[in-house]
Formats: sequence, structure tokens, C-alpha cells
Amino acid sequence: MNVDDLEIMAEGYRAENADVEHEIRVCMAASCQSSGAQPVLDALTAACDTKGGTCRVKGVGCMGLCSAGPLVTVGERDAELADSTIYRDVTADDAHDILASVDTAPVARLQCPNDLPFFSRQKKIVLEHAGVVDPDSFKGYVAVGGYRAMVQALSEMTPADVIAEITTSGLRGRGGGGYPTGLKWSTVAKMPGEQKYVICNADEGDPGAFMDRAILESDPHRVLEGMAIAAYAIGADKGYIYVRAEYPLAVERLKNAIRKAKRQGFLGHHICETQFNFDVEIRLGAGAFVCGEETALMASIEGGRGQPRPRPPYPAESGLFGRPTLINNVETYANVAPIVSEGGDWFASIGTERSAGTKVFALAGTIENTGLIEVPMGTTLRDIIEVIGGGIPDGKAFKAVQTGGPSGGCVPADHLDIPVDYDSLKTLGTMMGSGGMIVMDETSSMVDVARFFMEFCMDESCGKCVPCRTGTQQMHALLDKIAKSEASHSDLALLEELCEVVQATSLCGLGQTAPNPVMSTLRYFRDEYEEKLGR
Amino acid sequence: MQRQRPELPSSDKRWKLVNATMRRNGYAEHALIEALHSVQDAFGFLDTEAMTFVADSLDLPLSKVYGVATFYHLFMLKPQGRHTCVVCTGTACYIKGAGALIEGIEQRFGVNPGETTDDKALSVMTARCVGACGLAPAVVLDGNVIGKLGTDKLVERIEQEAAE
Repeated sequence: MNVDDLEIMAEGYRAENADVEHEIRVCMAASCQSSGAQPVLDALTAACDTKGGTCRVKGVGCMGLCSAGPLVTVGERDAELADSTIYRDVTADDAHDILASVDTAPVARLQCPNDLPFFSRQKKIVLEHAGVVDPDSFKGYVAVGGYRAMVQALSEMTPADVIAEITTSGLRGRGGGGYPTGLKWSTVAKMPGEQKYVICNADEGDPGAFMDRAILESDPHRVLEGMAIAAYAIGADKGYIYVRAEYPLAVERLKNAIRKAKRQGFLGHHICETQFNFDVEIRLGAGAFVCGEETALMASIEGGRGQPRPRPPYPAESGLFGRPTLINNVETYANVAPIVSEGGDWFASIGTERSAGTKVFALAGTIENTGLIEVPMGTTLRDIIEVIGGGIPDGKAFKAVQTGGPSGGCVPADHLDIPVDYDSLKTLGTMMGSGGMIVMDETSSMVDVARFFMEFCMDESCGKCVPCRTGTQQMHALLDKIAKSEASHSDLALLEELCEVVQATSLCGLGQTAPNPVMSTLRYFRDEYEEKLGR
Repeated sequence: MQRQRPELPSSDKRWKLVNATMRRNGYAEHALIEALHSVQDAFGFLDTEAMTFVADSLDLPLSKVYGVATFYHLFMLKPQGRHTCVVCTGTACYIKGAGALIEGIEQRFGVNPGETTDDKALSVMTARCVGACGLAPAVVLDGNVIGKLGTDKLVERIEQEAAE
């Protein structure tokens, strides 16, 4: 099969819906489902069936503005979000009104302006199909150009060509580390050995981060396509997706996507009539944050406790079952297909010089527009929080934004003009992380926040190395003492010393970064600590 | 020589599901977590009998199975109540008052996270972010995510659920 054959196939799928004029899309991602999207979808489908006509109701993935769910859009067939009418807080009772309005004026009481900065200021690459395609439909994905990059890679490119394209693009790992993806791929590709593995890290553990879940729930084929291209590039025939068991909907949609792709010959043996074989299996996590660390994740896939081991050897050399292994995160794989089809230069032209492309962020906490956004790298924090996020509700003042989860730090108001990319955030003592952004207003106590993250790290420490196992407990006890105003100046000095020791001597990323929330709050909000010190 | 697989612990059909999971993975060591998931899906928790059966089937020491079962937060070693309430304590929910929800539940039902009421009606747990930050503070009640609830409303919902 070549790209032309696939285009004929896609044309055929599009023709099946040729008589559809209007499309009503209902967000069926986890957050909207929790707000009651299923009854809305059912009511709209029933209303549409009785009225008939040229209208189609479709369940789709995440539209982004989670706090206003359930979200529904009405537009022409295959319309972009910008050209659609967006409805918020929809209930099943609104179905008739929405259907009746398709040919006339929109239902004003439900309407959410689609020129809100929240929608208009985003740039979607990873999420381009989210909220547009039906995640359970193989045909829907192919109809919008899906699997084109994979077929192109298999039929027109050598593995080295693919790696060169990824290297040119400047794509860096979206899981938080920011390691250059092209370099990682070429390292694994060069390793000797018949058996290699591709792993997708979907163990999204940072509290307040839900980017990967949304991608898997909205466009699972996109991730599979990225993994298959990676497998072709490095010479692997087997892949694992390690996903949190706490994401049942994402798991279900992934399973469904794998089954359908296999049936259509886009996964499995002799993919698209080539010599390339690639099989994907899902492995469920079981609730251990440390499994997001790559060596711990592999130990978990092997059936053991998710405890990290020292590196080197790196997974590229000796990974899963001792074989060369490529591990990337969900969002990284979701960037692969567009890079292959549009070219590495195109991707490199987006974002900043050292951080190319876009980044998906999960906005949460005390912010007006809670939800999922995708912006070019280099967008300022102020733009993200005040313009796209709509600022702080209830007239309260902004205090800090926490990025990077338990490994990251807090950025105060006077640094909001910094562009968001891997390197700038590091200079502020925090990190990009996987993309969670928790906004805090003036009522949040920073000592409390530091204690919260330390409690998290203490609970999630796997217990293998002493600095992390014992250090997090001691730091938590000191923070607790400070928070209760029972600490002295020497306690604070001890806490700072411990931070340095744990950072320098822990075995894996969890321990090495556990002091970060404390160190960053001390850097910017030291007065809050000192206020609580007695004597 | 093919090793003898142990007999199913009883005629309970659920053991066949567990066995099927292990068979599908060729009784390999790496099937351990999958097998434990399958036991928990079928029985609701892992008891010594189940862990022994899995250990014998996969030819692993019981200590390894126990070690893995206790390492991961999701595996339960005690039976759960008829209803479960998981309070999300992720960052966004924490900022928006998950602590008050836990206190409210403790006051009304007398159980802390990780405990089950004496009448086995309700188990309360916490989770590290269920990814529903848009609905903070979020709670998973019998598998359904509900959000943006105050303590009183939540307690009311739990009472309703428990009465059914």
C-alpha cells in the first residue's frame, strides 16, 4: 500500500458521509462524561433519529474547556472548532433546542463564544483531532488523514530517513525530561540485537496533569501511529503501552483502537502489505507514581515491583527484558505523525529555537478556564494564565503557578513574563514537567503546598534508596512542624540542608527532584516560612 | 518437562478467568501484575488463597507475589465495602478543598481513608489525582466521577447511594 492507495481509502470513508450537512459533536472525554455527556449524546441522537434529515450526531474527544462541560459543537460536516457554534453546560433537555437551531440562529442561552482567547490563542498539532474525530472510529481517523505518515514512512522512507526527519524537527521528550527525541531514536537504532522494544509511557502520575489521558481518550490511533513509526525507525516489532489503571476510559479506547487497527492490517503482521511487523500490548499500572520513571516502568512491565535501578545502562542499551528499548511519552508519540508528513523543518519553525513545536498543558486550580490547552513553545506564562486561562476567579489576586508536579516548583507573579520552554523554566528553579499547571491565588499557603508535595513524595517513595525513603519522611516532619508554627530557625536550616542531600544522593528522579517544591517556595516565598518560625 | 499447574482453588467460575489471564501470557513471570488485576476484578481483593494460587501457577515464591501486591496502591488485601468512595487528593483537588471532604466523611460515617464502615456498607479511599482536575474537588463514587461538590452535598450523595 502506498500513500495514494490510502488516500483512495480515505476518500471512500468520506463519501460514506457525503449526505451529512451538519454535524453535532458531543465531547465524550472523561471530564465531560462525568458532567453528564452520555445522556446528552443519547438525547441528541434520539432527537436526530426522529427528525432525520442531513444532521449527524457524533461522540468526540476532548474540546479543552473541561470546566464548562458537557460541551457540544454544531457546525458543517468536518468543520473546525473555530467555525462551529460551541455550547456549554448542556443537558439532555437542551437536545431539541439545539437540533432545531441547526439551520437557524444558535441557542443563545447555551452559547460559549468561539472567539474566546481560550480557543483562538491555541495552536493545535497534538490535539488537532481532539474534539473533531470519533476516537472509537478507525474510518474517522483515516478520513482526516490518519495513518498517512505511517504509510509514507513504510513505503517511501528508510528508517534512517525517519530518524533524520525527527532529528531535524528538534522534538524533545514531552514527559518532562526534554531529551532530544531524534538522538534517543538513533541511539536505540544503532544498538545491536534482533529483539528491540518500543514503550509508550502513559503512566501520567503528576497530580494535576491530564494531558496524556485526554490524548488517549480523544485520538488513540494517533499514538499508535507514532509508536509504529518509531518501531519501524529503530527496528522493533513489539510495543507496550504502560497506562494507569485509573484511566479506564483511555484503556478501553486504546484497546478498541488496537483491535481495529489490527483488523485493518495497520498493526500486526505485514503492516499495509509490507515486510514490517509491529504488535502492541497494553500493560496496566497499579497505582505507583514511581513507575513513571523509565527503569521502574520496565520493572513493572516485567511483573515486579516498580523500583528503579541505576543508569547506565540506559534503556537504549539494556531495557525491557534486557533488550534495547525506546521509551517515549504519549505526547511525544502524538507529535511523530505530523513531523513525518509535514517535515522536520516545518515543526522546527514552530516554538522557540531550542524548544520546537507546541506543548499541551493542563490548567487547573483557581483559574477561570480549567481545562486542556495547546500552545506554541515560548508562549509566556502570563498569556497562558491571564489571557487563555481567563485569570483568577472571584477577583482574587494571583500568587503562584506550580509547574512540573511534585518534581517542579512554583513561579511567582513577577516572573510571569517568562516564555515557557524547557530551558527558561529551569532558570526559575522549576521545570516543564509533563504539562500540569496548577494556579494558586492569594489564599494558598506556600508552606502548605510544599508540605502537600512532600507528603506525596513520601508516600510514593519506593523505598529502595535511603536518601529518598528516609529523607522525604524527615523533610515532611520538618515541614509539618513549620506549618504548625512549632519550628525554630535551626529546623529551617536543617530542612535546607536535607534538601541538598536528598537531591544529590537519591537514586532516581523521584528522590532527586522531591526537594524542588520546597526549594522553590523557599526561594520566592521565604517570608511565609519565616513568619511561622517561633523563638 | 512441563511443570504441573496447580488445580483451581475451588469450583468458583471466577478462578477460570484468573487462570485464563495467566494462560494467555504463557504463565510467564511478567504476567504477575496482570494476574493480580484479574483476581481483583473478579473477587474485589486479594487474599492469601488467591496469592498462593497465582504464585504456584506462575512458579514464583509467595513472597514475591506478596511483595508486588503490597507495593502497588491499587491492590487491596482486605474485602471492600458494598460502596466505595475515592476522594481525589491531587494538587487541584487539594487546592479546592479535598481535605474538607475527607473530614466531612469522617464526621458523618466515622471512617478515615483506607477504612471500611463496620456494617461493610462503605469503604473510603484517597487517590493521587484521577485526572478530573476540571471538576475539582473530584470524588469517584462506585466508579462514577462526580465533581464540584461541597461536603454536605457529597455526604448526601453517599447516603443516597448507600440506601439503594
